[in-house]
Amino acid sequence: MDYMTLIQLLDSSVRLATPLLLACLAGLFSERAGIFDIGLEGKMLAAAFFSAALASVTGSVWLGLLAGIGASLMLSALHGVASITFRGNQLISGVAINFLAAGMTVLIAQDWFKQGGRTPSLTGDARFEGITLPGADAMANVPIIGPLYSELISGHSILVYMALAAVPLTWWLLYRTRFGLRLRAVGENPAAVDTAGVSVIGLRYAAVAICGILCGIAGAYLSTALQAGFVKDMSAGRGFIALAALIFAKWRPWYALWATLLFGLFGALETRPDVIESVIGMKVQGQLLGALPYLMTVIILAGFVGKAIPPRAGGEPYVKER
Amino acid sequence: MDVMPKWAEVILVPFISLLLAAFISGLVVFAIADVPDTAITMMDRIGARLDFVWGAAKLMVNGALGSTYGWGYTLYYATNFMFTGLAVAIAFHARLFNIGGEGQAMLGGLGVAIACLYIPWPHWSVALIGAAAMAGLFGAVWAAIPAWLQVKRGSHIVITTIMFNFIAASLLNYLLVNLMRPKGSMDPATAHFREATNLPTLHDLLAPFGIAFSKSAPANVSLLVAIAACFALWLLIWRTRLGFEIRSYGESESGAKYAGISPFKITMIAMIISGALAGMMAINNVMGEAERLVLNATEGAGFIGIAVALMGRSHPLGVFIAAILFGFLYQGGAELALWTSIPRELIVVIQALVILFTGALDNMVRMPLERMFLALRRNKAAGAN
Repeated sequence: MDYMTLIQLLDSSVRLATPLLLACLAGLFSERAGIFDIGLEGKMLAAAFFSAALASVTGSVWLGLLAGIGASLMLSALHGVASITFRGNQLISGVAINFLAAGMTVLIAQDWFKQGGRTPSLTGDARFEGITLPGADAMANVPIIGPLYSELISGHSILVYMALAAVPLTWWLLYRTRFGLRLRAVGENPAAVDTAGVSVIGLRYAAVAICGILCGIAGAYLSTALQAGFVKDMSAGRGFIALAALIFAKWRPWYALWATLLFGLFGALETRPDVIESVIGMKVQGQLLGALPYLMTVIILAGFVGKAIPPRAGGEPYVKER
Repeated sequence: MDVMPKWAEVILVPFISLLLAAFISGLVVFAIADVPDTAITMMDRIGARLDFVWGAAKLMVNGALGSTYGWGYTLYYATNFMFTGLAVAIAFHARLFNIGGEGQAMLGGLGVAIACLYIPWPHWSVALIGAAAMAGLFGAVWAAIPAWLQVKRGSHIVITTIMFNFIAASLLNYLLVNLMRPKGSMDPATAHFREATNLPTLHDLLAPFGIAFSKSAPANVSLLVAIAACFALWLLIWRTRLGFEIRSYGESESGAKYAGISPFKITMIAMIISGALAGMMAINNVMGEAERLVLNATEGAGFIGIAVALMGRSHPLGVFIAAILFGFLYQGGAELALWTSIPRELIVVIQALVILFTGALDNMVRMPLERMFLALRRNKAAGAN
């Protein structure tokens, strides 16, 4: 494998990792506050549809992004009402949200665009195009560093850089602010937070809302940057891979970055079987690579390689004592 | 003391949840209805939309229940959902959420395919027993691993079973594309099973009684197995010591432990029964209908089991009724997609709403009802004094 192939492989890893990273951080906020969220998939899908739909109708991808975030927030609100206010089962609520998104996106797409459950293809300003970072073209011919900068680091859409920036931001918010401390506390011991006079319900709704925003960006990235338009079921299990990455990352922001990049690399390798064959000298089945994130999650979760311990109050509705 | 009388708990709460789900589904159809260009005024347009909703409902009822052909499909789908619904229900009784019915049913399909392809069965009845055993075994193994990981290694069963769904899909994809596909075929599917393993359909079963049933509908003898499974599960849960142990463990883990019930044993047994039931769905869709194993043979039936179990309140009789209702929705939805512009995904929306209202938003329906019954009782007490 030559250097350029490696750069290309890493480049597509970053592209594929971006939605995973955003969804993973989304899940991180929610689960750190004690709300399990297996509805990441559905929120991404709804956001993917509404951003593509609005972008296609208005011609502005930024309006599309807003619509995507709005749609994802609506589903987050539903999850919040079901699991925080009415203390319902968070897992069942997540399942319902996934199906709701899977069904509604196709119904609305068919009603609005009549193209068999997809949106028209997006072009021009209706899509997030790659940004050429300053000096990328000038650097391109410098050996080693040139391609690294112009191919791998430069040339992604703005959402990729936003996702990468979200990692230190999440870390700072969770570990360096009062809000973050309280948010983590409410996922471990809500009664203690309540005793301190801080609203458990308020904090959990805030966490679920942040989760909605991040899932919204992830979904918008899928349909307006990674691909040009919405197609049925386009999230294709990415919400669950993000969930896997979250466990893999032990609910920590920097680990989330490495975990999603790794899973992004698996995704990139799946489309390049020739590269694997030339590197390790034998053929690896594509299906095995596809299943690898799930297999690794099962192994990690079982504690065979390092132990992943979830937030202690995760999945438990908080009932105030009277 | 229970706040609500039993009938309210068993009938009123699910009924109101269902009504809410049906109402919102109606609103969805109302919103996406085709409106003719002749409708100009506001009232005309609303009228046309209401007509459309009414027409859609009639179409669904006629398509699913109006002929033996429709019934044949409704009962075929219902058979699938009985197996997966029971699978989720038995796990619920032990307070385990088995979201992996889909993967277990896929593995069950693999078991059926192996049994039917490689063993020369003399007659369909023996083949049915053998294939059901294989399907149950494969499904049970696929559920037992997450169960074991939960009790022994503390990994959350919901996450593990989700992961196992994806792993099962990859595994089946690999096997069908690379190993089990007959030579020269481009289709990722096994060869057709031999004639001797083909199950009799309801047409064949009812003909001796002089009842004419559609020949082309896929409902088959598996329906009877599913009904028997409902009954057997009822016996198990409410009439045996094991069922009592499973229910006590589900009510209170610490209480059950104190009473000497082993969490390991209950988790393993509940999940093994659950996986076996989900796996046995394959005798209906793989052996009874397709008569070969194709990619994505389960078509999401494993997930519908969740909705069915929630709606049926995890009671086998409830599951039976809910499965038939979902069978009706499935066949009705297919008819709707055939004759109108409404895509099949409408069923997915209805399914989501049923899960939402009977599952996640259960308290939203329950809390006001409880308050009402409490007020009624107080009034009665005040009147007696």
